[in-house]
Amino acid sequence: MIPLGAYLTVSAALFFIGMAGVLMRRNAVVILMCVELMLNAANLALVAFSRRLGSVDQRGSVFVTFVFVIAAAEVAVGLAIVLSAYRNRPTVDVDELRAMKG
Amino acid sequence: MIGLVWLIPALPLAAFIVNGFFGRRWLRHWTGPIASLAVGGAAVLAIGVFVQVVAGQTRTTVALYEWIGVGDLRVDVAALVDPLSSVMLLVVTVVSFLVHVYSIGYMEHDDGFPRFFTWLPLFVFAMLLLVLADNYLLMFVGWEGVGLCSYLLIGFWFERPEPAGAAKKAFVMNRIGDWGFTIGMITTFLVFGSFDFERVFEHVGIASQSVLLVICLAFFLGAAGKSAQLPLYSWLPDAMEGPTPVSALIHAATMVTAGVYLVARSTPLFSAAGAALPIVGAVGAITAIFAATIALVQVDIKRVMAYSTVSQLGYMFLALGVGAPIAAMFHLATHAFFKALLFLGSGSVIHGVGGEQDMRRMGGLRQKMPTTYATMVIAGGALAAIPPLAGFWSKDEIVGAAFLNGFPILWAVGVLTGALTAFYVTRAIWLTFHGEPRDHHLYDHAHESPRVMTVPLLVLAAGSVLAGFVGFPPEHGFIHDFLSRVIEGRAEGATEYGIIAILAGVSVVAGLVGIAIGLSTYARHRPDPAAVTRAIAPAYTLLVNRYYVDELYDHRIVDAAKAFSGAAWAFDIHIIDGLVNRLGWLFGLAGSGLRRAQTGVVGNYALSIVAGLLVIMVVYGGYATGVFRR
Repeated sequence: MIPLGAYLTVSAALFFIGMAGVLMRRNAVVILMCVELMLNAANLALVAFSRRLGSVDQRGSVFVTFVFVIAAAEVAVGLAIVLSAYRNRPTVDVDELRAMKG
Repeated sequence: MIGLVWLIPALPLAAFIVNGFFGRRWLRHWTGPIASLAVGGAAVLAIGVFVQVVAGQTRTTVALYEWIGVGDLRVDVAALVDPLSSVMLLVVTVVSFLVHVYSIGYMEHDDGFPRFFTWLPLFVFAMLLLVLADNYLLMFVGWEGVGLCSYLLIGFWFERPEPAGAAKKAFVMNRIGDWGFTIGMITTFLVFGSFDFERVFEHVGIASQSVLLVICLAFFLGAAGKSAQLPLYSWLPDAMEGPTPVSALIHAATMVTAGVYLVARSTPLFSAAGAALPIVGAVGAITAIFAATIALVQVDIKRVMAYSTVSQLGYMFLALGVGAPIAAMFHLATHAFFKALLFLGSGSVIHGVGGEQDMRRMGGLRQKMPTTYATMVIAGGALAAIPPLAGFWSKDEIVGAAFLNGFPILWAVGVLTGALTAFYVTRAIWLTFHGEPRDHHLYDHAHESPRVMTVPLLVLAAGSVLAGFVGFPPEHGFIHDFLSRVIEGRAEGATEYGIIAILAGVSVVAGLVGIAIGLSTYARHRPDPAAVTRAIAPAYTLLVNRYYVDELYDHRIVDAAKAFSGAAWAFDIHIIDGLVNRLGWLFGLAGSGLRRAQTGVVGNYALSIVAGLLVIMVVYGGYATGVFRR
């Protein structure tokens, strides 16, 4: 049986890779993909704990399905924003989309 | 009929609403007849109520609905129908009706005709509310209502500066009085726990003398404001800037008597308050003679009447002060008739000579205006208290009561004022109607007023002749029996008609002397008025300038108030507003500093989210693991 630590290590690695991507990449679409990566890192941790704690109703797994739905919605909205931003200005570089500057 | 008592104020209110909403656009000259009909209907109902009260319904309360019910406080919109209020109802509605009819003629050519007939019934409504109220709070509503209508009607010709200023003056002076009324009312509530007349008067005994004195003086301040007594009288002569029917109705016959009514209604309070009544009587007597002396030298016909009104109101307060509230109410009723008539007659003259009010330019008008002349003479006789006209019975009763109840000084002032009154009314009528026409242009164009104006004059003249007989025989007439059911004056023992006759004789002689001097001065120039004026030049100047009271008020009070207002304004602008503005400026400054944080770069936002996450993790983790405890 694979120990819990292994799952958590992979999960943490995925999470920080995703976070680094969000912080450093400038392409909006890639940023959204990195956000997905972070969400799925969290999912992995949830599933692992759920298995490990072995609760009868698998609460962790249920939570994961919620995260899926939310992630789907987030991508839908996020891509829609990126798309309409691209229509206004032909770029998906977030450093150039700074109309909100105070 | 008494059950329908609320219809009496409701009819004028309905006329106000109809004329107010539809008058200017659609009804136009129908507004006059509509208002007159409504007030006429109210007068018919008032007569019905009066008859029923006479027949024996002494005291009835007709509640309409509960107005305020909070905790212990309960105020009803309820009418108190008793002899006192029914007399007032009768006087107010009848005189109002006649003035309404007269106004149809007087205001005919005025562009503001519908507006006039909107405010006039509103005034009648407010006055009736004041009269009918069975508690101080509801009375106050009517009290303020008549003040408002007075303001609106004095300033009826608001495009000219004088009426606008006079209206403002009247309003402000009345507000000073209203302040007194409010203080009295609140103190009454604190002491007795109720605004109801009945409950307050039943429990008069529980209040101490000094508290009662405060209440009574506060109420008297209100009464002095409304009824133009010293020191708050000076708005009334200025109120003559309004249309003459307004002067007749509001500033002679009805509204200005509200103060008398208030004090008469509160007789149980005033009687129990010790020093209050003598103060009332003294103020009344001083006002009476003070105003009468000013009236001696005025040249504006309406101003003579205005000062005469102040003087006559002084008589009423004198009566209240010497413990003769019935005489005060009696004089109120008769005065309403003959003073309304004097004003409407003056209005008829002014109307007939094209707006001129200066008596020096009139003269000889009696051939041109016979009806006006005849009615004015009757009213003047009543004012001068010539028997058997109405003013004789009521005024002599006041003066007599002052003597019999032990106030010989007030009696002497009353008699002297009577002589002055007779003189100035003789002078006014002579200058207007007799002698040679002094302005031929004016004289040639003078004409008698139309029937719609002269008929009310005739009716009022009949009232001025007959109204006095309700007080015959003296002290035991109809009005005395009637009013003594609700207001008791000082216990008067067996009346000795001998003394009364002597006192009446003195008053009548004083009046006749006044008339005789007036006639000999103005008809025969013996003494020549111009010579007299020169001989007493300083006194004359003082009188013509009305004792410089207006100037005194302007310099001492108005200027001080303006200076204070200016200081308050500066405080508001610089301190209050300044504080708020500075605070706003501070936040603006903070904002413009913080806006730099909003770079608009997505990466920066993401970084701050991560930073926030880290902070939460550190703090939460710190507490969860126990590192931060201790």
